[in-house]
Amino acid sequence: MTATLVKEAGPSPARAAARDRRPRRRGRIIALLFAFPALLLLGALVVYPVLFSIGRSFFDASGTRFVGGENYTEMFRDPATLKAVRNTAVWVVVAPALLTGLGLVLAVLVEKVRWATAFKLLLFMPMAVSFLAAGIIFRLAYDEDPDKGVLNAAVVSVHDAFQGTSPYPEGRAREGGTLTRDADGSYRTRASAAPGDSVALPLVGVPPKDLPADARAAHPAAARRAVPGELRGVVYLDFTPGGGGEQGRVDPRESGLPRTKVEAVRDGRTVASTTTAADGSFSFSGLTAGSYTLTLPASNFAQPYDGVSWLGPALVTPAIIGAYLWIWTGFAMVLIGAGLAALPRDALEAARMDGANEWQIFRRITVPLLAPVLTVVFVTLVINVLKVFDLVYIIAPGPVQEDATVLATQMWLVSFGGGNNQGLGSALGVLLLLLVVPAMVFNVRRFRRSQR
Amino acid sequence: MNAVRRGLGNGVVQVLLVLVGLIWVTPLAGLFLSSLRSAQDTAKGGWWTVFAAPGQLSFDNYSALLANSGMTQAFWNTVLISVPTTVLVVVLAALAGYAFAWLDFPGRDAVFLGVVALLVVPVQIGLLPVARLFGQLGLFGTIPGVVLFHVAYGLPFAVFLLRDYFAEMPKEMLEAARMDGGSEWRIFTRLVLPVGRPALASLAIFQFLWVWNDMLVALLFADSSAQPLTVALQSQVRQFGSNIDVLAPGAFLSLIVPVAVFFAFQRHFVQGVMAGSVK
Repeated sequence: MTATLVKEAGPSPARAAARDRRPRRRGRIIALLFAFPALLLLGALVVYPVLFSIGRSFFDASGTRFVGGENYTEMFRDPATLKAVRNTAVWVVVAPALLTGLGLVLAVLVEKVRWATAFKLLLFMPMAVSFLAAGIIFRLAYDEDPDKGVLNAAVVSVHDAFQGTSPYPEGRAREGGTLTRDADGSYRTRASAAPGDSVALPLVGVPPKDLPADARAAHPAAARRAVPGELRGVVYLDFTPGGGGEQGRVDPRESGLPRTKVEAVRDGRTVASTTTAADGSFSFSGLTAGSYTLTLPASNFAQPYDGVSWLGPALVTPAIIGAYLWIWTGFAMVLIGAGLAALPRDALEAARMDGANEWQIFRRITVPLLAPVLTVVFVTLVINVLKVFDLVYIIAPGPVQEDATVLATQMWLVSFGGGNNQGLGSALGVLLLLLVVPAMVFNVRRFRRSQR
Repeated sequence: MNAVRRGLGNGVVQVLLVLVGLIWVTPLAGLFLSSLRSAQDTAKGGWWTVFAAPGQLSFDNYSALLANSGMTQAFWNTVLISVPTTVLVVVLAALAGYAFAWLDFPGRDAVFLGVVALLVVPVQIGLLPVARLFGQLGLFGTIPGVVLFHVAYGLPFAVFLLRDYFAEMPKEMLEAARMDGGSEWRIFTRLVLPVGRPALASLAIFQFLWVWNDMLVALLFADSSAQPLTVALQSQVRQFGSNIDVLAPGAFLSLIVPVAVFFAFQRHFVQGVMAGSVK
């Protein structure tokens, strides 16, 4: 459309031969025709909206009453927008610095391996992925259920590797039986026991299908008597599959509970501890004579560890920043890597000749020489972080949305998402504009200098 | 001794970078594998269980997605928004960039500075006023409306980039062409555009990517018949959890196009993103 417009207006050879002043004026008209379509769109859809928004920000929600700077003070009074201002501040302080640091370290390290190009490609690729898709990717990864979210699956398996899982989260003792429950969730024997005794500790509540595969019947072990000086017993599931059996007694078909922790306590101090065998039996030997209480510590019955609530109110912003790192680290690394490649080789070589180690070279030469590039990366990221919208909008689940909100999402919510206060929304937009200005001025000046 | 230590250090670096690479691949692999599993399997366990039971994998979700007319419509809308936007931005910015670089008109440099100043304007500030304007013009909710908005907000950077690139051309070359009696239009199409091809390519790729991936602008300006894939998918995110068999293949479909562009045009892509980051 534009092309034909310009073509028709192009000079025809016959007219071009006219008087001296005419071609100059014609030249101006042609120039304006070249620039006009772009200028028209910019004027109507960018310049006018900026002026409109600035004006609108001084009016109330309905747009009829002039309120002066009230929307701007409201911003810092209203808890929701204040939260957005705070969160944006957290983003600006944390994300660009982290990204620049990470990009620098990776850019230096990647030069040391032969597959540098492949690595750079891999890390840069998320730049092609939309924030929406990245948001969905990380909603999946951050899922709280360790059977769905890969991050919690990893956290839980690491946790369980170090802490161990509790064997019987559903296990408990019958009210008024041999065992009583303490406030911390542990069980202890009501009657005391002494070396030479043999005790049976009944538990219930464990579904037979949850019994470990190696669990064996407790009856034979329960029938064995303690040798002198030995305090022994069984921990068993006081439930006969298919019915029958007697409460509080080890019946022939009842199973032992392996790997239960048992402690012998005397005068409030734990003096010995052991875990049960496959048939639920345990034994303490070498105890001094006296009376003991046997305890099944709470760790036997602890609820399984569920991992971290990544998208809960406390962690949601760091979690979203994590997703942001996934997208932008490659950008920081490649840009810094380009700066690195342009460094004078002789400075580095000279330092190596002088016996400087890699860390000294990095700290004293590479980083100072890279400072201009690092600043550019940092400033660019500040601009982008200020405007972050989609990631927060997608990753933060509905109820947590207000804990994660940033300026751009808040502006959206206030103007269109039910808030319906376009005065305040415009003021938020203007604030965003004002925040971007200094960073942008810096970046454009740098860019123009680099083009010269 | 030193060599041994360096070798050892290198080994540590390799291991570290492999770990970082794994961290980068895992979320994406998670999305892809999730997109190949049925809703029932997803409810039962994580995507990593496919390594033990590869029988879970099938393309059923994708066939369901392609049979869903809402989603295919959204995919075509994405194409219909991003391709014209890219073409328009490149053409209009090339015309204006040439005028600002080589044609003479009063106030040229001041106007150009004004255009560069518009780089600071965040998209957010335009949403409300342009929505009102489009409402009056009958463009609100339509694909042309979305395209126009994108073009306008893509122009400051595009004009800035191309003007600076064109200005680098040797003056003698243009003057020679003018002496030969070539019209400005001829010079523009026969000389400036071919010389500027690398910058045009980088700009086009950057712009395409930007619009293809946009959600915010379309969220406001596109109604349900004009909405692109990003908007169609975000409405599904509200019920996140029960509909991963729709979301995962949808997200994968939306990201496979830009990722393919990335691998096909690596050099231009990186240059475009680098230059575009000023934005």
